[in-house]
Formats: sequence, C-alpha cells, structure tokens
Amino acid sequence: MLTLVLPRLVSFEGTGRRAASVTERNISCLRSTYWVVMLSGFLEPVLYLFSIGIGVGGLIGDLRLPDGRLVGYAEFVAPAMLAAAAMTGALSETTFNFFGKMKFMRLYEGMLATPIRPIEIALGELAWAMVRGVLYSAAFLVIMVALDLTSPMRAAVMLPATILVGFAFGALGMATSTIIRSWQDFDLIASAQFALFLFSGTFVPPTAYPTVVRWLIEVTPLYRAVDLTRALSLGPVGALQLVDVLYLLTVLAIGLTVAGRRMGRMLCK
Amino acid sequence: MTPGAYVLEYHLVNYRRTWRASALSTLVMPLLTMLGFGVGVGAYVSGGVDGVPYLDWIVPGLIASTAVQAAIGEATWPVLSYFEWLKVYFAQAAAPLRVADILGGHLAFMLFRILLSATAFLGVAVLFGAVHSWWAPLTLIVALLVGFAVSAPTVAYSASISSDSYLAILMRFAILPMSLFSGVFFPIESLPLVLRWVAWALPLWHGVDLSRDAMLGLAPGWLGLWHVLYLLAWCALGWWLAHSRFRRRLVI
Amino acid sequence: MESLIHARGLVKRFGEFTAVDGIDVDVRRGEAFGFLGPNGAGKSSTMRMIGCVSPPSGGELRILGLDPRRDGPRIRSRLGVCPQLDNLDIELNVRENLTTYARFFGIPRKVARRRADELLDFVQLSERADSKVEPLSGGMKRRLTIARALVNEPEMVLLDEPTTGLDPQARHLVWERLFRLKQQGVTLVLTTHYMDEAEQLCDRLVVMDGGRIVAEGSPRALIEQYSTREVVELRFAAESQEAYAEKLAGLGDRLEVLPDRILLYVDDGDEAAAEVQGRSLAPASVLVRRSSLEDVFLHLTGRTLVD
Repeated sequence: MLTLVLPRLVSFEGTGRRAASVTERNISCLRSTYWVVMLSGFLEPVLYLFSIGIGVGGLIGDLRLPDGRLVGYAEFVAPAMLAAAAMTGALSETTFNFFGKMKFMRLYEGMLATPIRPIEIALGELAWAMVRGVLYSAAFLVIMVALDLTSPMRAAVMLPATILVGFAFGALGMATSTIIRSWQDFDLIASAQFALFLFSGTFVPPTAYPTVVRWLIEVTPLYRAVDLTRALSLGPVGALQLVDVLYLLTVLAIGLTVAGRRMGRMLCK
Repeated sequence: MTPGAYVLEYHLVNYRRTWRASALSTLVMPLLTMLGFGVGVGAYVSGGVDGVPYLDWIVPGLIASTAVQAAIGEATWPVLSYFEWLKVYFAQAAAPLRVADILGGHLAFMLFRILLSATAFLGVAVLFGAVHSWWAPLTLIVALLVGFAVSAPTVAYSASISSDSYLAILMRFAILPMSLFSGVFFPIESLPLVLRWVAWALPLWHGVDLSRDAMLGLAPGWLGLWHVLYLLAWCALGWWLAHSRFRRRLVI
Repeated sequence: MESLIHARGLVKRFGEFTAVDGIDVDVRRGEAFGFLGPNGAGKSSTMRMIGCVSPPSGGELRILGLDPRRDGPRIRSRLGVCPQLDNLDIELNVRENLTTYARFFGIPRKVARRRADELLDFVQLSERADSKVEPLSGGMKRRLTIARALVNEPEMVLLDEPTTGLDPQARHLVWERLFRLKQQGVTLVLTTHYMDEAEQLCDRLVVMDGGRIVAEGSPRALIEQYSTREVVELRFAAESQEAYAEKLAGLGDRLEVLPDRILLYVDDGDEAAAEVQGRSLAPASVLVRRSSLEDVFLHLTGRTLVD
C-alpha cells in the first residue's frame, strides 16, 4: 500500500493574532513624551522642505526635468521629501527602537516564552512601524496639498505608494538590526541613511551626476521610492514605476525573511 | 595641572577607544553635506549668493554648523549617560574634584572635539578649492565660540532630564530647525520676519555670519563685535545653568 | 504517572562547546523538580530547551507529551517561564506588564485584566499596580516576573534561579508563594544553586556538573546517599589545619581539610567531638551540625571555583 506523507507545512494559524498582540503592546506604551517624539519625526522632512525646497529653492528658481518641462524647485523636492519621510518613519522604529528592545530591554526574550514566534514579532513590529510611517506621510501630503505642490487627487494616490515605501524600508531596517552588533554601528546606519537622503535624486535629478554615480544611485531603494512618488506627483507614470513597485516589494520580501530568520537564530539559540 | 585637566585627561583616554566610530559622523557627514548641497544643489544656483559661488558661500556656514553638531553630539547622550546610566560624574564627584572641575573638564573635551571637526572640515574645504582668504583659520576660533555657546546650555538641559526621549525632542525641535534656518543654506533675509527673529535669537546664525566673514575675508565691523558679545553671553549663561544643574545633582 | 518533561540523552551544543551532554530527565505532574549545579553546569541551557526557545542538538525531548521542535507555540501556551534575569517591559507599568503579556497568549482583554488583578494580589503587589517597573525593588520585580509567568494559568512553571540576588525577606516571600502554587497542583521546575532553596521546595532534584547529571533523588535521599548524618566542623588556632588532619585519622567516614577548618563526616557528631577532645587536640571551635544538601553538592561538584 502506498502511504502519502505530506510535508508538514509551516503553520500560519494564529500568526495574525499573535503579530497583532505585538503591535498592541507598542500602542499600550504610548506615553506623553513618546507621543511628542513620535510626532517630531514628522517634522524633519517638513523642515527640509521649507529650508531646502523653499529657502534654497528661492535661489534656484525653476528646474528643468529630463523631459523638458519646467517645475518649481519646491515641487521637485516635495515628493522626494515624502519618500524620505516614509523611510525615516519606518527606519526609526525598526533600527534604533527595535535594536534596543532586542538587545537592551530583552523584550523579545519575554515574548518568545509565550506562543509568539520570531517572525510574528517581526510582523508585529513592522505593522507598528507602518502605522507611524502612514501618519507621517499623510500629514506631509496634507502640507503638500496646502502649499499647492501637488493636487489632492495625486496625493490620494501617493499615500498607498508611501505605505509600500515604508514597508520596504521597515523590513530593510529590521534585517539590518539583526545583523549589526553594537550601538556604535548606528553611526554607520545614520551615515548611510543620510547619504541616501542626500543623493537619491532627492535634491537634484540623478542626471546631474556622472554616469557611473548615476547608475549607483538608480539602484538604491530610496531612489526607486523617490522615482515612484515623484512620477505620481508630477507625472507621467509609466512602466518604470512598475519596476519601482516590484523593486520595493522585493526589498520587503527579502528584508522580512532575513529578519525573521536571523531573529530566530539569535533569540532561539 | 588643575583638577579640571585630570577630568579632560579622562575624556581623552576614553576618546582614544571610541574615536574611530565618531570619526565617521564628524568627518563623513559634513563631507556628504558639502557634496550634496554645496556641489550638487550648488550647480543649480546659477547666480551664486552675495556675489560668490554657492559652494564658497555655503562652506563657512557648514563649518559653523559642524561645530554645533560636534558640540551637540558630546553634550547630549554622553552627559545623560554619565548621570543616568554610567554614573561617571558621580564617580568623579567621589574624588577630590569640584563641580566646576567635572563640568569644566568635560566642556574642555567638547571644545577639543569641536576644534577637531572644524579643522577637518576646513581641510576638506581647502581641497575643494573653497577657501580664498588668509583670514580663513579664524573660522576655527569662531567654531569654538559658537560650539561652546551651544554646548554649555545643552549640557544643562541634558543634566536636567532622565530619559533620552527628551534628547530626541531637543534634536528635532531645536537643533535641526536651527541648523536649517540659520543662514547656512540660504540667506535669512528670505525668511519671514518672525523666523528671522528666531534665527537672530539662536546662537548658530551669529557663528555662521562670523565664519563667513572670516572665510570670505570680509571685515566683520560692528555687527561682528555684536556677534561675539552675543555668543559670549550664551557661553556665560550656559555655564551658569550647567554649573547649577551639576551642583544640584552631584552635591546633595 | 504522566510525564510533563521526558528527556533521553538530551544534548545541547554551541559550536564546539557542549553545554548539556546527554541527560535523562522525567518530571511528573504536580511535583516540584530542581536542577542543582554550579554556574556553567548546563542548567539554564536545559531550561531553555524545556521552554521551547532553544532547539535540542540531539537526543529525545517531549514536553507535555508534545515535540518542542514542531509544537513550540502550543507547548509554550501551556508553560509559564520566569527567566534568570528579569526581562520585564520597562515601558509599561506593573499591571500593563501582566495584561499585555496575557494578550500574547490570546487571552481576551477582560479576562486579562481580571487575572492581572488576582495575580498582583497573589504576589502582594496590588498597591504598586500603577507604578512603573524601574523603581521596584529586586524582590518586587521578581514577584512580578513570577506573576507574569502565571498569567496563562500554566500547567508547569519554569523558574531559572528564582531567588538569586534577593534579600532574605524577599526570598522567603518568593518561597512561600511558590509553595502555595505547588499546593494548587502546579508543576514547578526550577534551577538553583542555593541548597536551602532546593531543600525547601523540591520533591526531587538532579545535581548537574559539566553538562551531565551526577546524582538524582529527593533531598533527603541524596544526603543519605552522598553524606553522613552529621558533620563536625573543627577550627584549630594554628596557621595550617593540615597538621591536625593526621591526628584525626580514623575518625568518621570521611575527612575534608579546608584552609580555615576541618570537616569530619560522621554519624554521631557529639561522639566524634568527644573523641577529638579525648585525643587532647584543642580546637579553637567545634560545631556539630546536621549534614545538608550543600555537603552533597560540594562533595559531588568539588570545591574549586568554576566560574
């Protein structure tokens, strides 16, 4: 007689609920100061928008896009700041805070003594980072519309795009946090994040750089995110934006897999 | 040697262990800023500012801003940690040191870090061909002055809080806006009057203006004197505040 | 009787290092079981394997009749864990630490709140329910960690050195609470290197050393097997105790020379003490006491520091 041995699949039963309980924990620790810190994260891209976009923009005037159209410098910079806001929101929760909870507070050791699994912690924390990222992005979009830097319709389409950007960077940040060893490495992350922020076609079009540098820039995740939000804000939207979306989805999948796996290996020795 | 020098020595010995990690933020970040804004964005500022190319105009501001960043870096987390987590100040207070020695030694170390960052930046600026005046080295003195004017009150702030959440608040609500709206990237004349008053009130703009005079070889005039006096007032007030905060926590 | 923990030839390796080297353990429902051993004996590694957060490197392990490799979440939902170092959530207050933890088990909010209040009462922390965690004393934190381990009404509670670092009052309070749990039928599994703790709490225990089990039994049985009924501690005024050891030859079952005193393992302490006087040795002090688990422990694991 033939016996069929079915491979035992990884059970995802209860995963959603358990991941949600991790998110819930973060909501219960919202205290007065933490609220202010959280909201302050939104301030950063707004300040850059006003300082560089509008302040320095006053020195620059209009900017010619690769397709020949002239746009105001602030209009050019704003969608990039939006993508950067989504990145910052997601990264601050998944690098510094995540690492602190893992190494310093040993929070996850306590969680893992319950039915929760490492991948569920990763999902729960990522969901939380997203809540934060969406709040930042939505607020920034309101400002963009108020300053007439984009239309309400386009803003409505950009919101889901920023959620994707946030998810991708959140997963990337979490994977990075499982790889770094000490607090000192955060200097490295901060520098890398700042370099991305400066050179990802955020403040000048990538065509301004030498060809080699330009190709380098075009493969960074923030550039793809900026390309997506800028196309949605200024048009036109084409096949390249599909590439952006696929790229960000890939980053998300890889980041989450690495994070879940490395957490399992670190915490379940 | 005065007892304050022993405290400085402690910080220097410590620094020997950690300088590599901090070298990145002290050198690479300003370098990136110079490349990104000075060279990158600068290429689009076709007319220059005040009759000089954008890069030449922005570099002195970045030096003053770097001095402030270095000052903040040492006056925030380390101070909080020396009170709350590592308890270094309490250990020092158990030795025959006065509050002024403990505070002065650490501030002296901050000045050292400020000088290091500003000098490194000035060196990079020379390589980029953004330095044209023999008065340029004076910008290092300006860096020390504006650095102290920011670090002393920041030390007082860090000594008054118990959680690093308040440091994040300080960075986002005070330091970053100050760095972005103090005439480093664009002249404050284009700001609305209210924001211009904010820039005038905070120390960085005064440092930026002095630094720009030095780097571009302009005569600072009476405004320059006012800048210096105003920054000195910040230094004095900051020292007084920090000293009283330290005394309240170390001498019970 | 039902075995809640069933291990045969259980092994845990970290790279080259073997932390647990083939142990057999059976823990029955309702008993209090102890792992004794010096630091580095493999107690905590064993506990982590039992807690299903550390996959065994070899051998057989079944917890609550299930396989920890496959059914980790299901097993953990029925366990309570009190780790060696408190890992309470410092961003939450005392009550929230319990309610949030309960949510990790999928316990409804209302039930979680009720249970949190009951448990705070049980560990005598009701007055501190709204306090932050950080200002709590070591004993309070430990009691809160124990309460947290009970939030899912576990069938078995794992306690890794539950009273290490606590002051005497706090220790006795913890012991008393653990004893009450045992009376309620909860299975307790604990590690300790305090012998009085093991004698107070454990029905049965194993002594571990170098990743292996070197002895097993009830505290009483272990003392009978590895020590004598009584011990005489003699201190001589001279610099070296060594010189007196020869003169004591033939007294008792065994004699141990320490830098500051000599221990005589005997069945009748008073008789031995009289004999010492009879040999006209004049010790500066003589102490006759009952043999304890500590004697067994030191006999089995040696007196050298293994840290």
